[in-house]
Amino acid sequence: MGDAWIAREISLSPRVVFPNKILPYLLVAPQLAITLVFFYWPAGQALYQSMLRQDPFGLKSRFVWFANFRKVLADPAYLNSIKVTVMFSLATAIVAMVVALLLAVMAEKAVRGKGLYRTLLIWPYAVAPAIAGMLWLFLFNPSIGSLAYLLRSLGIAWDPLLNGTHAMILLVSAAAWKQISYNFLFFVAGLQAVPKTLIEAAAMDGAGETKRFWTIIFPLLAPTTFFLLVVNTVYALFDTFGIVHAVTGGGPGKTTETLVYKVYNDGFVNLILGDSAAQSVILMAIVIALTAIQFRYVERKVHYG
Amino acid sequence: MIGQSPLRTFIAHAVLILGILIVAFPIYYTFVASTHTLQTILRPPLPLLPGGQLWNNYSEALFGGIGRIGGVSVGRLLLNTTIMALGVAVGKIFISILSAYAIVFFRFPLRMTFFWLIFITLMLPVEVRILPTYKVMVDLGMIDTYAGLIVPLIASATATLLFRQFFMTIPGELVEAARVDGAGPWRFFFDILLPLSRTNIAALFVILFIYGWTQYLWPLLVTNSNDMNTIVIALRKMVSFADADTQWHLVMVTAMLAIVPPILVVVMMQRWFVRGLVESEK
Repeated sequence: MGDAWIAREISLSPRVVFPNKILPYLLVAPQLAITLVFFYWPAGQALYQSMLRQDPFGLKSRFVWFANFRKVLADPAYLNSIKVTVMFSLATAIVAMVVALLLAVMAEKAVRGKGLYRTLLIWPYAVAPAIAGMLWLFLFNPSIGSLAYLLRSLGIAWDPLLNGTHAMILLVSAAAWKQISYNFLFFVAGLQAVPKTLIEAAAMDGAGETKRFWTIIFPLLAPTTFFLLVVNTVYALFDTFGIVHAVTGGGPGKTTETLVYKVYNDGFVNLILGDSAAQSVILMAIVIALTAIQFRYVERKVHYG
Repeated sequence: MIGQSPLRTFIAHAVLILGILIVAFPIYYTFVASTHTLQTILRPPLPLLPGGQLWNNYSEALFGGIGRIGGVSVGRLLLNTTIMALGVAVGKIFISILSAYAIVFFRFPLRMTFFWLIFITLMLPVEVRILPTYKVMVDLGMIDTYAGLIVPLIASATATLLFRQFFMTIPGELVEAARVDGAGPWRFFFDILLPLSRTNIAALFVILFIYGWTQYLWPLLVTNSNDMNTIVIALRKMVSFADADTQWHLVMVTAMLAIVPPILVVVMMQRWFVRGLVESEK
């Protein structure tokens, strides 16, 4: 955290406080207890296990330092999973954000009915990602899906259960569909913060609508866009486990096996504990990096906002 | 205000309506499927209008019991999910408002250590500590219990940070005045702080209720028996694209019942929800 953040901390904390000595400890105790038992202890265990290797019968384990990490990072299946995850996350974030931005810009223009449009656009937020996946699979599965039927009658050999690319398209659609409402709300808030006078001035200088959008509105939306990019990446990385598990199970042939799904699969299904723990630790590093980026951004907002 | 050609306004509305169609279509079609017989669903394409099986399908799922998931009724699944969502929302608000209160309105040794300990949990989602957390649950005998579904999820930094941020905007004079009037920390908490936090609590409640309702990985890990499943997990168990005996009409009813309660919460509490969402992410 930077100096600006700390300065804000100090200036904002009320100097008037209650003098009790014991009470504050009792107040933080519940949260602290749960945090220690269910967060720190397991995270510590994951770190420890990531450096252990068990024999196949699970009887003995020995300390191997970073051998598990070397093994995981050299494993073609893991590298494939990284590639799948990057593609899936980027595609999901981009699709969800582009559609949401388009809708938000249109909602700003449509003066009438804005509230109604918002109400009708926000409900996928409440749908569990796994259910979103199952609904899309219901529509697009080759045997009974009505939209798959439509695609086939148009001459497209659509089969997400056998074709990896089709499976990926289905996952991205379901994941992005669920996230549109969230992004929409943030883009609407961002657009409302753009000063109207600036746009009017540009209009008087003869800038057309398209030009006004790209030279004024879009740059001013950059903080919102960047923030949403981070949030959407985190969403695509972690919250979409349900979609993958419910829709494709990583298949066909590992074409949709994301990093989180692989941790689960190696640990719970294949029972390779050391590898799974090493993968957990790598994921932890990714989350820490993303959170750091997010908070740097918050700090910038303090500077300029 | 800049004038806008009617054509552009028309395009805007057209794009929005198209967007709404995309957003709403999967849910609408699920509803349509939930009112048809299994035979109709198995012969695509499905009609675009609801059929006549609404009452039969819904009562069969709600009160009958579904063979695929061990004869558990959807009513039971809804009860489990409601308990979990309410437990997570209320539990999170309860423990984080208390710890935020301690961190902002008291000065005590280790205060900032505690704050950082809570803050860092932001970086430890369930996904990065799946197996060891599961082991803790087994050791504590929390598999297949409501406590197991709820308690580990109620510790999180986001709600604490939000309350802390809000509490820091409360002027010190207010605390001073309360103390001059002889109010202790509890009186201050219940008579001043809690009423002031009402909108924040409402906003947080909506977001956390949805969060609890839509959980997937956690209930998948800690529930084995069918009658402790949440509705989302049970739905996954009911669906199989590989074999032919999936009872699609009941699957669709279950999907509707899994979607509608959180949607109602979002739409009815829209004002708080939108505020809470945009504010809590700052």
